[in-house]
Amino acid sequence: MAEIGNLLEIQNLEISFPVAGEWTPVVRGVSLSVGRGEFVGLVGESGSGKSLTALAVLGLVPPPGRVTGGRVLLEEPGGAADLLAFSEREMRRVRGGRIGMVFQEPATAFDPVYTIGFQIAEAVRAHRRMPRRQARDEAARLLERVALADARRRLDDYPHQLSGGQRQRAMIAMALAGAPDLLLADEPTTALDVTLQAQILELLQDLREDLGLSVLLITHDLGVVAETCDRVVVMRRGQVVEEAGVEALFRAAVHPYTRELLAAMPRLVARQSDD
Amino acid sequence: MTDKVLLEIHGLRKDYPVRRGLLRRRLGTVQALAGVDLTLSRGECLALVGESGSGKTTLGRCALRLIEPTAGRIVFGGEDLLALSGSELRRRRRRFQMVFQDPYASLDPRQRIGSIVAEPLEIHAALGRGERAARVSELLATVGLAPELAGRYPHELSGGQRQRVAIARALAPEPELLVADEPVSSLDVSVRGQILDLLASLRERLGLAMLLISHDMAAVERLADRVAVMYLGRIVELAPSGELFRRPLHPYTASLLSAVPVADPDRRRIRIVLPGEPPSPLAPPPGCPFHPRCPSARPDCSTERPPLATVEENGEWQRLAACFYPGELAGQAVRNGGGAT
Repeated sequence: MAEIGNLLEIQNLEISFPVAGEWTPVVRGVSLSVGRGEFVGLVGESGSGKSLTALAVLGLVPPPGRVTGGRVLLEEPGGAADLLAFSEREMRRVRGGRIGMVFQEPATAFDPVYTIGFQIAEAVRAHRRMPRRQARDEAARLLERVALADARRRLDDYPHQLSGGQRQRAMIAMALAGAPDLLLADEPTTALDVTLQAQILELLQDLREDLGLSVLLITHDLGVVAETCDRVVVMRRGQVVEEAGVEALFRAAVHPYTRELLAAMPRLVARQSDD
Repeated sequence: MTDKVLLEIHGLRKDYPVRRGLLRRRLGTVQALAGVDLTLSRGECLALVGESGSGKTTLGRCALRLIEPTAGRIVFGGEDLLALSGSELRRRRRRFQMVFQDPYASLDPRQRIGSIVAEPLEIHAALGRGERAARVSELLATVGLAPELAGRYPHELSGGQRQRVAIARALAPEPELLVADEPVSSLDVSVRGQILDLLASLRERLGLAMLLISHDMAAVERLADRVAVMYLGRIVELAPSGELFRRPLHPYTASLLSAVPVADPDRRRIRIVLPGEPPSPLAPPPGCPFHPRCPSARPDCSTERPPLATVEENGEWQRLAACFYPGELAGQAVRNGGGAT
């Protein structure tokens, strides 16, 4: 297949659910792309279809829903491949391998009965062949990479022994286990307090710069987008209503819905920088 | 002057014992509130801001005696709330009402909207059936809902509509004080604005005083006259809302405000990213509780605790901060943790 120039390209995606015996599209004609090293925000409110779009990329649309149209192209060494045509076995290589995942609630992403170190080491071994001991060292290195305090000692901690912010760092470490090119982050900071959110957003920026990661950040918070993203795609009711560079969007949003979202953001706080 | 004051809180403390193990041995005490003083005037909106564990929700609930404080004094309308007996307290309850964060959890799913809103009327007022129905319609109209919704159940309503119902229920006994704990946090962004507008207009029309508990700065700047910033069970800064946002005096306030994501890509570069996490309230650090994370901490900050004291005042307002070096981070562009990196 041809070069697409982007790491990920979603073309004309349609996802449908059966309603009264008929396939009814809930995501329609969604196209978006993520370039290498690019940080793209996918913004919308609950029910806008943003999370469903991300799940489609991973081949994880919950049944009875299914993808009924479009393509999800991922750049592979031999050219772009359509993930929608992949077998479940091939998708397992993509999930956690080419594409790492970070979710909102770090408490549910980890199995409570295994240690953090064990789970990250398993994630490493799922994508790279290596002995357990070496995988454990790799897990420690990943935890250090995400700046978890006392990384070595934390290997033997259970998920409940970490605070919310620490768990989110650990989940990012696990997402990096397969050395992905793309990170899909669905509301990664929504459950955190703002000072911890600021730390996690800074970490994602660092990773992007150091590892050349691309990030697709799914969020309802335009403030988070303004702080981190290069480009923004705004979804509403299953469709893309606006797409723009971050500067352009915040200076002059075109779609009335985007303007409405912007109007709901804190303003006064911005003024303190004018002093 | 004194009758302008609606609520006075003096030295309010709330301790929780920490127990562990089979024998539930007492290991220590968490001070959820470590001595809070506050006054609220009639018709005023005071916001309590801070992160999880700062004590803002505990303060809101202690102020209404929904949970019993360990020590301190609460004076509501000139009357000592903590001296009241259970039945006396219940009679006073109509004067202060509460709106909770999650309208999905705070409304009984088996009750119709009409009876949810009417319930406080049955408890606090003796109305005939016709009067009650008329009052319910009036209350629904007050919060911008069609009276026809009285016959519906909560699950038939959207999140925004449910929160309006919760507000209507709180308004039913005609309270003087409304405590709103994260009233818009569980709502979609585009609905938040409408609920905040509603709360603002209710304040104006009904002369309600409001204690707004929120981590959402958009809500705070929209509604609050004054803001109290809390950290580890204490108020660390108290100021008129506009002054606080323009020039935070306490370094924690400055960092908190700078960490709030703002819809302006130019602001990316001027962020104070605090190191570490809030310390455990089980073992609060000595001295100023904020000093381990503070970009402008000095040696004396780790030995002595700065009291909440007046830093600035003029005829109209007063600004208090619990800091030996207030204002150092105000409006200052600090990059990545104040030069720590």
